[in-house]
Amino acid sequence: MSKGRYGIYGGQYIPETLMNEIQYLEECYETYKKDPAFMNELDNLLKNYAGRPSILYYAEKMTKDLGGAKIYLKREDLNHTGSHKINNVLGQVLLAKKMGKTRVIAETGAGQHGVATATAAALLGLECEIFMGKEDTDRQALNVYRMELLGAKVHPVTSGTMTLKDAVNETMREWASRVDDTLYILGSVMGPHPFPMIVRDFQSVISKEARQQILEYEGKLPDAVVACVGGGSNAMGAFYNFIPDQEVRLIGCEAAGHGVHTQKHAATISKGSVGIFHGMKSYFCQDDYGQISPVYSISAGLDYPGIGPEHAYLHDTKRAEYVPVTDEEAVDAFEYIARTEGIICAIESAHAIAHVRKIAPSMNNNQIIIVCVSGRGDKDVAAIARYKGVDIVE
Amino acid sequence: MLLRLHDIKELILLNRIEKAFENGKSFIGFLTAGDPNLEKTEEFILKMERAGADLIEIGIPFSDPVAEGDVIQEANIRALSVGTTVDKIFDMVKSVRTKTQIPLALMTYANPVFYYGYEKFFKKCEEVGIDGIIIPDMPYEEKDELAETASRYGVKTISLIAPTSEQRIRTIAENAEGFLYVVSSMGVSGVRKEINTDLKSILKVIKETTNIPCAIGFGISTPQQAKEIGQMADGIIVGSAIVKIIQEYKEEAGHQIYEYVRAMKDAIKK
Repeated sequence: MSKGRYGIYGGQYIPETLMNEIQYLEECYETYKKDPAFMNELDNLLKNYAGRPSILYYAEKMTKDLGGAKIYLKREDLNHTGSHKINNVLGQVLLAKKMGKTRVIAETGAGQHGVATATAAALLGLECEIFMGKEDTDRQALNVYRMELLGAKVHPVTSGTMTLKDAVNETMREWASRVDDTLYILGSVMGPHPFPMIVRDFQSVISKEARQQILEYEGKLPDAVVACVGGGSNAMGAFYNFIPDQEVRLIGCEAAGHGVHTQKHAATISKGSVGIFHGMKSYFCQDDYGQISPVYSISAGLDYPGIGPEHAYLHDTKRAEYVPVTDEEAVDAFEYIARTEGIICAIESAHAIAHVRKIAPSMNNNQIIIVCVSGRGDKDVAAIARYKGVDIVE
Repeated sequence: MLLRLHDIKELILLNRIEKAFENGKSFIGFLTAGDPNLEKTEEFILKMERAGADLIEIGIPFSDPVAEGDVIQEANIRALSVGTTVDKIFDMVKSVRTKTQIPLALMTYANPVFYYGYEKFFKKCEEVGIDGIIIPDMPYEEKDELAETASRYGVKTISLIAPTSEQRIRTIAENAEGFLYVVSSMGVSGVRKEINTDLKSILKVIKETTNIPCAIGFGISTPQQAKEIGQMADGIIVGSAIVKIIQEYKEEAGHQIYEYVRAMKDAIKK
């Protein structure tokens, strides 16, 4: 059995053409993560370019309004490029450069990972090509132009369902045709080993900071950490350093679209089953013959039929819980946090906020919830307006 | 010593895959099951056999075939859109087996096999007369999870070697069974004008390591390419070119497939 297992999950289910390259990536990563010069360079970028550490903000109005647990927001939306994606991308693109690669490629759903990758590639002087489902290039047109401004080439993907999973397929195909000068910058804690590990390590800065910050502010650990989950990178990053703290509940919020009782959702843990896809063994939304199901969410970033293998393991071992949140609940939460705290968060993050609204009132006021605001919502404003039946011109 | 049923079968009749390489250079044809429908798949398999094919690879369509180019991706979509399932494909193979003894291998992705259940899948393979399985997203490091089950039901797990395999070639070749599928080019399946990989060096390493036959696939479409590539290996694998004929002629593709396979087989004989 290959390396990179979380219980039965994970592995390296990829074509032979990519095996040497992925093993080389693992070797390089293992070397550089122990190299103080590399880590200093990355720390410097995170601090002086991306704006880390991100603040842990006490949402006092929201706390009072919900009348239960104290709510802290981990503000990943305030990072450069507007989401947590930059944490991973700076690490991976820097690694690509050290590996001697001159070109990076990436998939993107909502466009946040694509924008982050294009940004890091511009900064570090690498060529960049982004694969994005045609449906997503339409609903996130602004992000497409943003990537182009940053010097990236954006390929609309017209195969399959024309969304995130098809963008991953196409990026893998592209990588298999050109590995010598190119590294695939995967955006989530998914895909074949070592990607789930690398992305988790680079994103774990979220919980490393949040743990220190909450101990400083409150002198104790939180009772729950809540984050949205598509592939699961911001959740993995927000959970990771709390995993040994058994008393801290870890809650991932999946996109339930129109509801888990309908066909239109992307709730992988709630409705999926174990399978092998995109290089990993994990949970997937699939039919009775193992065909990957088309999934749906108002959020392009959560519109993915699988979940990272470490989440699958955290679910099975009951260390983390995964709950479905519908489009409607997410849109309500999107509006709620805007009005209550003056924060327009990403529709992805609004899934986590929606769950906090459900659980906070029944907790008592000496309990603490940390919720990861994974990104800012500027990109979603037009889509939310359309959802609410408001006709605006971008 | 007690012999299990399939051991006895192995003694009496060689696994059919070995027979595919007994009569000179082997021509291996691929098609996607259910494109345009399973009745036609059965007919096309028999046409290929009559035209001189030595082994048929039957593709089980998958929603997300990451190792395929446009031509086979589209065939997968066509096949799934008419309701092709693993069970229906097994029924079709069972019917084909009553008409021919040509070696048959299934080609698909890990998930349809995993989801069906390895035990149930390979038992069914044995029942209907499948001789081998090719799973492009199940590399050497992962194949152990199904190889033992496949072997118990007399199904050979075919390994792939890629232009990037380098030091992995020996390890893969030493542990190979059935035949070795040598991928001619980087990237995904599909017709190519030129094949630039140094196949001779790859074949040399394989031949130093094992006696298992080697077939080269990916990108081969013309008789000229077939002849050149055929000289280097024990056989050639042609997929996208055949699927393209099916895409163009649909239900009427039988005759065209026959003519094409005959021309290709002739080219490698010379």
